[in-house]
Amino acid sequence: MDQASVAVGDLVVDRGGRPVLRALSFQIPAGQITGLLGPSGSGKTTLLRCLVGVQQIRSGTVTVLGQPAGSAELRWRVGYVTQTPSVYADLSVAGNLRYFAAVARASAADADRALSQVGLADRASDLVGKLSGGQRARVSLACALVGSPTLLVLDEPTVGLDPVLGRDLWALFHRLADTGVTLIVSSHVMDEAARCDRLLLLRDGRLVADDTPAEIRRQTGAEDLEQAFLRLAENEEAMA
Amino acid sequence: MSIRTTLATAARVLHQLRSDHRTIALLLVVPTLLMVLLRYVFDGSPETFNRIGLPLLGIFPFVTMFLVTSVAMLRERTSGTLERLLTTPMAKLDLLLGYALAFALTALVQVAVASTVAFTWLSLEAPGGVPLVALLAVANAVLGMALGLLVSAFAATEFQAVQFLPAVILPQFLLCGLLTPRDRMLDLLRWISDALPLSYAVDGMSRLRVDSGLSGQIGRDLVVVGGCAVVALALGAATLRRRTA
Repeated sequence: MDQASVAVGDLVVDRGGRPVLRALSFQIPAGQITGLLGPSGSGKTTLLRCLVGVQQIRSGTVTVLGQPAGSAELRWRVGYVTQTPSVYADLSVAGNLRYFAAVARASAADADRALSQVGLADRASDLVGKLSGGQRARVSLACALVGSPTLLVLDEPTVGLDPVLGRDLWALFHRLADTGVTLIVSSHVMDEAARCDRLLLLRDGRLVADDTPAEIRRQTGAEDLEQAFLRLAENEEAMA
Repeated sequence: MSIRTTLATAARVLHQLRSDHRTIALLLVVPTLLMVLLRYVFDGSPETFNRIGLPLLGIFPFVTMFLVTSVAMLRERTSGTLERLLTTPMAKLDLLLGYALAFALTALVQVAVASTVAFTWLSLEAPGGVPLVALLAVANAVLGMALGLLVSAFAATEFQAVQFLPAVILPQFLLCGLLTPRDRMLDLLRWISDALPLSYAVDGMSRLRVDSGLSGQIGRDLVVVGGCAVVALALGAATLRRRTA
């Protein structure tokens, strides 16, 4: 693995007295798309929050682009898109982009570029509150792209999207990775796993796999990743 | 801290406010209508209207900016935009000053409309001068905004945020000296009154009814109101946590 973009060591997180992440350790290579897969409630969002530095952790280390997660300098280089679109519903699409561009000290040209990247250039003057859920999610993504981040952390960016749009977004993710951007994309849809360069499979706060999709299929002897995930989960239960 | 981010935040908050026509109309029209109502309630005693009317010009922006800010900031918290902003290079001060600037400007327009009607048609008098009335009113608006920001951290829903109005504002209103002069209150109540910022806002407005120009007393009232706003803003800033459980 060439230089790591993210390094996590013995990460433990409790929420409301319950363990959510149990001693996770892994590294994420730069310039690739890493998929974070796992069922609902497995700790995906909590792990992403740790990488962005907004989650209180109990113990362990999270190093992002060579610095402790959440440090001030990283705020210039890390883009975060939450699962629920976090944009202003009472502003226009362009209004949101202009504001987040100003916050990221980016230019108006960056705002236009981000809007065409997500395919919403023709909706610039529409009020975000009047858009569909999928369109709102893309506005939220554009607001993260506006600052040209080196690391992009995306929490379920394709939920509820028309399959054609989902495919277009994945093409965008690959184009970004080709320019050297590191992407971490969570999903609970196994179909999307095959589109990632690497996979982290999370189950009940533990990593059950950390490898390329092909290698995970080979090791489990499974035909698809859905089946591979089931086998890994069964193995883990047998060992416990 | 960045001036561009602060100004962009103020512009964004004003845009959001402007897109809500009904809220804008209520913000601008209600204080004026209440002044008209008050004038005719005290039709027989213009002296009473003058005694209550001038302080009320300062209390309206305090109350409305408290309400608007507590709901607006609660929305930032629940919609995830606040958490998102805190992952960006934006300084907390940019956000707070942006809000303060936007609502101070809104308050200025609100006071301008209400004062114009009150000083012309309703014959309200302020020997202290209209600019000082406006200055004190805007200081009150910023104080209300800062308190609203602070309480929004303790509200989980918009219902709760609105309930903070009777909890935080009404006691100050009862003790500010408008209903009973503060020097005629029970000692204990007067001491509490001395510690509440709205008392100084009302003292200041009352002085503008008697004195002319900027006296030392009014200067003190302005400093107390402004100082309380800064303290509330600092406490509010402490509730903006970049890292949460």
